[in-house]
Amino acid sequence: MRSKSSFFIIPYVLWLLLFVVMPMILLAVNAFTNGQGQVSLVNLRAFLTNGACLKMMVNSFWYAVLITGLTLLISYPLALVIAHCRHQRVWLLLVILPTWINLLLKTYAFIGLLGQHGLINQALQLIGLAPRQLLFTKTAFVIVAAYIEIPFMVLPIYNSLHALDQQIIAAARDLGASSWQTFWRVVWPLTLPGVRAGVQAVFIPSLSLFMITRLIGGNKVITLGTAIEEYFLTTMNWHMGSMIGVILIVIMVLVLLATSGKEQNK
Amino acid sequence: MKKLLGLVASLLLLSGFLYAGVKALTPKQTVNSKKTLVLYNWGAYLDPALIKKFERQTGYHVVYETFDSNESMLTKIRQGGTSYDLAVPSDYTIAKMRREHLLQPLNKKRLSNWKYLDKQCLNRSFDPDNRYSVPYFWGTLGIVYNDKKIQPETLKSWNDLWQRRYRKQILLVDSARDIMGMVLISEGKSMNATSSVDLKLAEAKLVALSPNVKAIVGDEMRMYLEQGDAALGVTWSGEAAQMMQNNHHLRYFVPAEGSNLWFDNLVIPKNARHVQAAYAFINFMLQPDNAARNAAYIGYATPNWRAKQLLSKRHQLEPQLYQTNLRHLTVYRDLQPSKLQEYNDLFLNFKMSSH
Repeated sequence: MRSKSSFFIIPYVLWLLLFVVMPMILLAVNAFTNGQGQVSLVNLRAFLTNGACLKMMVNSFWYAVLITGLTLLISYPLALVIAHCRHQRVWLLLVILPTWINLLLKTYAFIGLLGQHGLINQALQLIGLAPRQLLFTKTAFVIVAAYIEIPFMVLPIYNSLHALDQQIIAAARDLGASSWQTFWRVVWPLTLPGVRAGVQAVFIPSLSLFMITRLIGGNKVITLGTAIEEYFLTTMNWHMGSMIGVILIVIMVLVLLATSGKEQNK
Repeated sequence: MKKLLGLVASLLLLSGFLYAGVKALTPKQTVNSKKTLVLYNWGAYLDPALIKKFERQTGYHVVYETFDSNESMLTKIRQGGTSYDLAVPSDYTIAKMRREHLLQPLNKKRLSNWKYLDKQCLNRSFDPDNRYSVPYFWGTLGIVYNDKKIQPETLKSWNDLWQRRYRKQILLVDSARDIMGMVLISEGKSMNATSSVDLKLAEAKLVALSPNVKAIVGDEMRMYLEQGDAALGVTWSGEAAQMMQNNHHLRYFVPAEGSNLWFDNLVIPKNARHVQAAYAFINFMLQPDNAARNAAYIGYATPNWRAKQLLSKRHQLEPQLYQTNLRHLTVYRDLQPSKLQEYNDLFLNFKMSSH
């Protein structure tokens, strides 16, 4: 029995070795060597002493926080509403639908909406407001990024809301809790695992967004993703690019630890 | 024991997998007949009708592969895994490839149409005597503006971009070398400056431009300018030519202080397999009517003087695209990697400080 299961595990192990472990090793090797192939910490020192890099790191982190916060703010009420709707599947499908469309296409659609002659500015003109600059602003960047991430936040929250035993809520109400108390003391703590999963699913990709920074942010929002692209493609300094990659991974691990730390308390 | 067996089996599978990978990744041209030509070019940088015509005329089969930056092309040719018969690097990359011995010297006796090439485009610093490269297209860096929004009298030199009236109006092309070069030339410095002080000053001046900068973009600039989303853009002449075809209010000019002059040339890499086909193709592209057709399709300036004549018969040529005096224009030199890094770091600093 055991040998059989270990036989079926081979393709997955191979997959992990080739496409997860190997790239990580290569990344680490590149990050901790210099141009001459010697082991060195020169890239790490360059990163830590370069004000621009540190600023980018703070930037990335801050924007990821903003995007995740906005996504959560929109997604939790949405999931709550869907969980109480009659045609839940239809609503969920509508939430998931945008993920079937290519990311770049969605971004281009936003360029069309936010442009100087875009739909939003035309609507503003209809009510008598002058067209304003919407594209290439930080707000636009955060909104578009949040729009793209919403499905990944709604799904885990909806799942945990759906799994919630309705009798618990009934019991809470029965024992005299107001609807706000029920939500805050009962529903929210019980759906926290879903929120955590959503936050992880959104925060981590948001750290290294780079295409949207150029297309919507007009390169006025600079994150570590932009820096990696530049180091790999323009200056061909793969060692420094890898170092930034390693640092991003470290941040992501820290975020994972921070958001899943309390799980054991249950 | 079972564990060991599993390990052996997984190792065997892994090596089988890797073998299949190697098989799949090695180029298949080796088995193909001699009648092919593997062309490695920028995306959408050749009229497809000309490929058909070439195939019909010569019987060669053309494999057209594309790249989107000199650097990625260089990496692939350096690795040598795939053998390309022709590539189209830009000036400074040609210098680099020449130094690294990645190119074959040209036998010009085999190129009967060489005589059509404009002297202006030959014997440039990146390839003296054109031992390795044949000019394919050339152009400049300049300013595109919308004449509905900008009065031409107010915009004559690079320094005019810093005027307060252009607040949040300017699009810059996302290229460290070009934008830093633009600032350097506006200060009367060389576009190939290597002095760290000059570069640092250029960055400071660039930061002073940031209130006027609307965004720093790539190919999307074409769309924004055509749709009137922005009034001004700093970009390459060829991009400008394509924009002007779609929006007649757009104008292009190269400020008098000077600018960059660039060339994209055809080269034959050292490990080319179908050299004869490569020569046939170069000669085909040098034929004036083919060169004219290609230039009309792509919109960039052709280095073929006869083709230029043919084009000017059909319609007025934009004088700013076909500058006749190239004295004030500089070709980029291939800088040290550390210098290039400095250019890019300063440019990144500027991007971060632009709010």
